[in-house]
Amino acid sequence: MPEIKEPIEKSEAAGHTGAPQHTPSAFHKTRSHRTAFAADKLATFFFCAAGIFLVSLLFLFAGYIIYSGRESLTFHFLTSPPRFMQRGGGVGPQLFNSIYLLFISSVFSIPIGVGAGIYMAEYAKPNTITKSIRLSLETLSALPSIVVGLFGLLIFINVLGWGFSIMAGAMALMILNLPVITRVAEESIRNVPSSLKEGSLALGATHWQTIWKLILPSALPGILSGVILVTGRIFGEAAALLFTAGMSSPHLNFGDWNPLHYTSPLNPFRPAETLAVYTWKVNSEGLAPDARQIADGAAAVLIITVFLFNILARYIGRVLQNRVRSH
Amino acid sequence: MISETENLPKPFCITSGNSDMDPRPPKPSYFFRETLGRHYTTLCGGIIILLTVVMVAFVAVKGLAAFVGAHPISPLQFLFSSQWHPDASASEGGPKFGALAFIVGSLSVSGLAVLFSAPLAIAASVLIAIIAPKSGENFIRPVLELFTGIPSVVYGWVGLSLLVPFIRNHFPGLGFSLLAGSLVLGLMILPTITTLTTDALQALPISFTEGSYALGATRWQTIYRILFPAAGSRILIGITLGITRAFGEALAVQMVIGNSVQIPGSVFSAMSTLTSIITMDMGNTISGSAWNNAMWSMALLLLLITFGFIVIIKVLGAQRTVKRGSNA
Amino acid sequence: MFKFLRIVSIVALLFTVSTGAVFAADNSITAMGSTALQPLVEQAANKFMDKKPDARVLVQGGGSGTGLTQVAQGGANIGNSDIFAEEKSDINAKQLVDHKVCVVGFAAVVSPKVTIKNVSQKQLIDIFSGKITNWKDVGGPDMKIVIINRPKSSGTRATFKKYALNGVEEAAGVSLTEDSSGTVRKTIAETPGAVGYLALSYVDASVQALEYNGVAPTIANITNGKYPIWSYEHMYTKGEPTGLTKEFLDYMMGPDVQGKLVSALGYIPVSEMKVSR
Repeated sequence: MPEIKEPIEKSEAAGHTGAPQHTPSAFHKTRSHRTAFAADKLATFFFCAAGIFLVSLLFLFAGYIIYSGRESLTFHFLTSPPRFMQRGGGVGPQLFNSIYLLFISSVFSIPIGVGAGIYMAEYAKPNTITKSIRLSLETLSALPSIVVGLFGLLIFINVLGWGFSIMAGAMALMILNLPVITRVAEESIRNVPSSLKEGSLALGATHWQTIWKLILPSALPGILSGVILVTGRIFGEAAALLFTAGMSSPHLNFGDWNPLHYTSPLNPFRPAETLAVYTWKVNSEGLAPDARQIADGAAAVLIITVFLFNILARYIGRVLQNRVRSH
Repeated sequence: MISETENLPKPFCITSGNSDMDPRPPKPSYFFRETLGRHYTTLCGGIIILLTVVMVAFVAVKGLAAFVGAHPISPLQFLFSSQWHPDASASEGGPKFGALAFIVGSLSVSGLAVLFSAPLAIAASVLIAIIAPKSGENFIRPVLELFTGIPSVVYGWVGLSLLVPFIRNHFPGLGFSLLAGSLVLGLMILPTITTLTTDALQALPISFTEGSYALGATRWQTIYRILFPAAGSRILIGITLGITRAFGEALAVQMVIGNSVQIPGSVFSAMSTLTSIITMDMGNTISGSAWNNAMWSMALLLLLITFGFIVIIKVLGAQRTVKRGSNA
Repeated sequence: MFKFLRIVSIVALLFTVSTGAVFAADNSITAMGSTALQPLVEQAANKFMDKKPDARVLVQGGGSGTGLTQVAQGGANIGNSDIFAEEKSDINAKQLVDHKVCVVGFAAVVSPKVTIKNVSQKQLIDIFSGKITNWKDVGGPDMKIVIINRPKSSGTRATFKKYALNGVEEAAGVSLTEDSSGTVRKTIAETPGAVGYLALSYVDASVQALEYNGVAPTIANITNGKYPIWSYEHMYTKGEPTGLTKEFLDYMMGPDVQGKLVSALGYIPVSEMKVSR
């Protein structure tokens, strides 16, 4: 819970933002000043109430989802395939699809995103190209995800003829992911102290050698935790996947890990319904009698996974930070 | 970690450019020491531009197809008519593609969402940035960041199973409504706006606050006379980003707004948005038909309105730089 | 650390290259389209592949429009559709060959609080066109009528409009529109005074299916032609099917699917129909 302090006594704890210690004087006893203090107290109360309300709203929200889905959070639910018109189906293939899709899209988006981040932080000169990249990044990050999905439908399904597939979905997710990864990489690289860079350049290393050997390793904790955070967000994406990865999950053979086989879960050219899409679809087309329960469970699994990503990102960021410091 | 790499890493090894190879074998050529890496990162930047241009171009071409060709839709009718009868036969007067109901729907649901969440977000950000910076930074902000990642379908699902029945039981109408949609969106963008406004307040120089306190102002006076005006344009940028996100959201709203093709008469009436109609009709219409083309025109419209938001953000950002420049 | 990164990037590169090779295989076909038909085709495809392990039938949704588009453009071998291709403009229906695999019956359904059991065609038209707005006008309780529609692009809506409402256009703006049968059922069950329409397989105890002109929506009444609100589910091919496509369509029409699967999933086998359209 946020600790709430009286404004008068808080200058030391709050640093620069605290109110100063007022010495009692005749001036302070004037009426207008008393009103000002009352208004200040009232405002403080209001801000604290708003903050507490917001945090409790979010906690209630998460609590409600996990509570409603609690009965579904079993090993069986997480691993077994959905059943048609019967009770007891799970979300196994969907969960797998979500993770696999995430992996494939990262394979494409991380190298390009980090590369572009390096360019923006290190090589970019203040010219038109840099400006266009900046504008492109802003455009990409503001795009409605359904528009990205439709673009995917146009290019990957209609033009390239891939069919609804993991690959098409991964490309759509890559487009959503790129601007965020680029920004994270650029910011982390900019945060690296410039003394490090100047020292290396002075010793005769090229700019790229400096980047690769010094700057990237120091920026890695930031990049990595940022990347995990954004991939966690992409995990729940649905609108961009409706018309790219598709809304069906074919029969998968989890004993066959050859990506060239059609029933192999690893085949990147099979349609793949993700957990988020399934959550959306099950409450609409769900014919199973326990559709409501499945949707509750799927929603709970979704937010727990997102939370796990978040914790993982923080943990990795901290561990790597310590390692970099100790070297 | 740093000492381990004696030999130079060649992460993306392409065999070319050996012409300027240094005669001494252990030292790799300048190509591998610099050119390759620089070109690779430049290429990545290029990919981003290319992707954006291709995407905008393709959506634009598909989106404009409805207005040309054999049975063109009048752009004015598309933008300003609310007559949406894509399946009407010739005897019924022919198909009509007026998208006004969707445009108004999208704008009103995202506008109302921001109206709900911006005040709360700003108030909470004052708590985090100014009143309780310690617990704000260590507790509230991580919680907010956690919540920015929650999938929108989850928001929609909670809206459908909790909010819609509640509105139906306590207010007029059917529950599926503008109100339900904007509350769901408002909750969804709350963490985003709060984080951004907090950043805006924290970015202000210490001297602003200290100077104000030194003059005897209370904290509230400092906040609303000094800090809010100073951080104003950045706060507005945060709010605009929130609208942008709400505006482009598809599934969470589609689940709770009822999807009636009408301009909502009150907050309790059902409505449609650009995104919800695209989600519902895109897959069921024949590619290349006027109906399907109209869907693409809506996608283009979504894109253009998003550009509008970006321009607003740019203008606000430019104002900030100008202000700061003149102050310094 | 960087050795690791290097390995990852090499693996990524190999992966990208290898995926290109996955495509070319002629023992696979794709059936794409209608989400209503998707469960049946999926189940049938699984059984078909059990029998013929080297064949691959990929079943995808996307909607009837997508299915017809893709089969006409050659993007899919089979296009699944809820409606006749001729009913969609802008598609060259002549080059498509229709395979009617089963029949779906639809019923007008109301919330259980609406106590009426039967509705005439005239009443139904008046309800959906907005002329009647209260259930008491058709012999029910004093309760406002709430129409739950499907999107205009939906095959279910097209069928219902054509066969139950005699083609009369519904009133605009007085109804809710839900994207899918599940949501329609949920909304009707929860909303007092609600009326909508559902495929018979979606009708359960939470909603009340109405008799139409005094005829109950049963499979028997549909097959003998007494109850008119039904439609075919189509699987279209571009030209006459050959090879694996033909084998799979034959399997769809064969006893394994028509005899067991079709009825198990709530559809009606075409072979039982005594009437046709």
